[in-house]
Amino acid sequence: MNTQLLLIQVFNGLVNGAFYALLSLGLAVIFGMLRIVNFMHGALYMLGAFTAFALGQAFGLGFWPSLIIAPLVVALIGMALERGLLSRLYGLEPSYNLLLTFGLTLLTQDLVKQVMLSQYAVSSAPYTPPPALSGVVNLGFVVFPKYRLFVIGLSLLICLVTWFVIEKTRVGAIIRASTENPMVTRAFGIDVSKWVTGVFGVGVGLAGLAGVLAAPIYSVEPYMGAELIITTFAVVVIGGMGSILGSVVTGFAVGVLAAIGAALYPPIANTLVFILMALVLLVRPSGLFGLPEGAR
Amino acid sequence: MTVIPRTAARTDRERLTRAAWLVGLGVLLLVLPRLIYPVLALDILAWGLFAVAFDLLFGFSGLLSFGHAAFWGSSAYVTAYLLGQGQSVPVAMLGGTLAALALAVPIAFLSVRSAGIYFSMITLAFAQMLSFLALQWTDVTGGENGLQGFERPSFLGLDFSDSVTRYYFCLALFAVGFYVAYRTVRSPFGQSLQAVRDNEPRAQSIGLNPVRFKFTAFLISAGLAGLAGSMYAFGHGVVSLEVVNWRTSGEVVMMTLLGGTTTLFGPVVGAGLVLLLRDVLTTANLPVGIVTGLVFVATVLFFRRGVVGTLQQWRRR
Repeated sequence: MNTQLLLIQVFNGLVNGAFYALLSLGLAVIFGMLRIVNFMHGALYMLGAFTAFALGQAFGLGFWPSLIIAPLVVALIGMALERGLLSRLYGLEPSYNLLLTFGLTLLTQDLVKQVMLSQYAVSSAPYTPPPALSGVVNLGFVVFPKYRLFVIGLSLLICLVTWFVIEKTRVGAIIRASTENPMVTRAFGIDVSKWVTGVFGVGVGLAGLAGVLAAPIYSVEPYMGAELIITTFAVVVIGGMGSILGSVVTGFAVGVLAAIGAALYPPIANTLVFILMALVLLVRPSGLFGLPEGAR
Repeated sequence: MTVIPRTAARTDRERLTRAAWLVGLGVLLLVLPRLIYPVLALDILAWGLFAVAFDLLFGFSGLLSFGHAAFWGSSAYVTAYLLGQGQSVPVAMLGGTLAALALAVPIAFLSVRSAGIYFSMITLAFAQMLSFLALQWTDVTGGENGLQGFERPSFLGLDFSDSVTRYYFCLALFAVGFYVAYRTVRSPFGQSLQAVRDNEPRAQSIGLNPVRFKFTAFLISAGLAGLAGSMYAFGHGVVSLEVVNWRTSGEVVMMTLLGGTTTLFGPVVGAGLVLLLRDVLTTANLPVGIVTGLVFVATVLFFRRGVVGTLQQWRRR
């Protein structure tokens, strides 16, 4: 394989990695605070893309305003669901919340499918990137679509900001403390449950943002999040659900590795992530960055 | 995952209840092809056994597998493939079941060491991997087209082109599968399994090896899911990518939960209810996904004991 093709694959891998990173970052933040795995994450990613599409249809809003508004809409929906439904199951096994969010996924996907069919008479819709980001960039050694570079850059920036907020600010300190030991955190006079809803909103907001970013690349389609979220779960297992930075690094790394593997041996493209997961489970059952059970 | 506390000692009344359930369900299954069209009845049998297999792992071992479609689906594919190659029905079904069992060994090995939600994600991921394989390995699976039109040669004078004959043949297999699950749960092994589920450290301290118990339970469950999958392929005559889809893994969870976990009878009832509901919705041209999604959400939120679990609780009062 020549170097140029390899570089293109690395860039494509970074684009996939950007979505893995944004989604697994959101999953990690939510898991850290609520101890639940949000299956709905993929459906909310799709809802972000759909909201951007619907805003464009209804109000003629373009990519840039949608990039702000759609994640906020998704965050609000997520927070409402957390308050109204998920919070009812906090006393029970975490599995029940996985099941609840699974049911909500089925519901959301088919609702969006119905709306798309009845309102717009389509089952999937293309979404155009803003003119400023269309076309290609000549990086000297390789030519690459401008929009995809933007996706890589923006998601890196967002991951860094999230990491900074969680590791370096007072808000982050509260979140980390609640994650580590909610009882002690309460004893210090911090109302943990008040933070839970907000953290959930931020987590799913990131999924919504990833959805808007994905819309111009893959088109808007009710089931666009379903397979992505399962692959993201594999990424999460590879990284281990212990650290924020770990989930971001793993997301990008797995994206790139899978893309290079796919270039070397195309039939393996879809399954390589899962093979990686099996290998990691053999060597380090708690994931690359995860703490062994009982250590937290 | 305890829904109903269980003790080793059983009263006569409990024994009576169980016998009543067994007889009731048995009679219902015997007359089922007269009540609804036989292919739907066959579906209920196959999905019912699939859900029983799932309950063995979820209800009795506390392991929420989100990838049971891997075993159901791989068996369905292998069964259909072997039938397509001209093999007899018992050989094809045995081949499918063994394939599911063989697939379960590495997956169980890699997943049972992880607990809780991790286990769910790992099983889901492996099932997804298999679903990609089924999509790509078109020589064997037929890819997007799936496998259909395979022969179901007569066996011991049984004409399998008749769906009612197929039904009663599968009912016999269902009875065997159900009995295996039932014996497993009632055996000392099953009691130990529930001890591990309820309190792992305590089970360990009395000398039980949790990983080994979970591993064995996983294999039994996957084998039964495989038997169910081969029944589905044989009964239905069509195998498509749907059988290894993640939604299939979710569907069996829903059936089990709706019918009642740790009841063994419940999952069969749940499978029947879900399939009948789906049949009614499809006939009435209503959005199936939205309604089943609503039922799923409502069950998890308000009806976690399920139909059979709730009935049992009423009787106890």
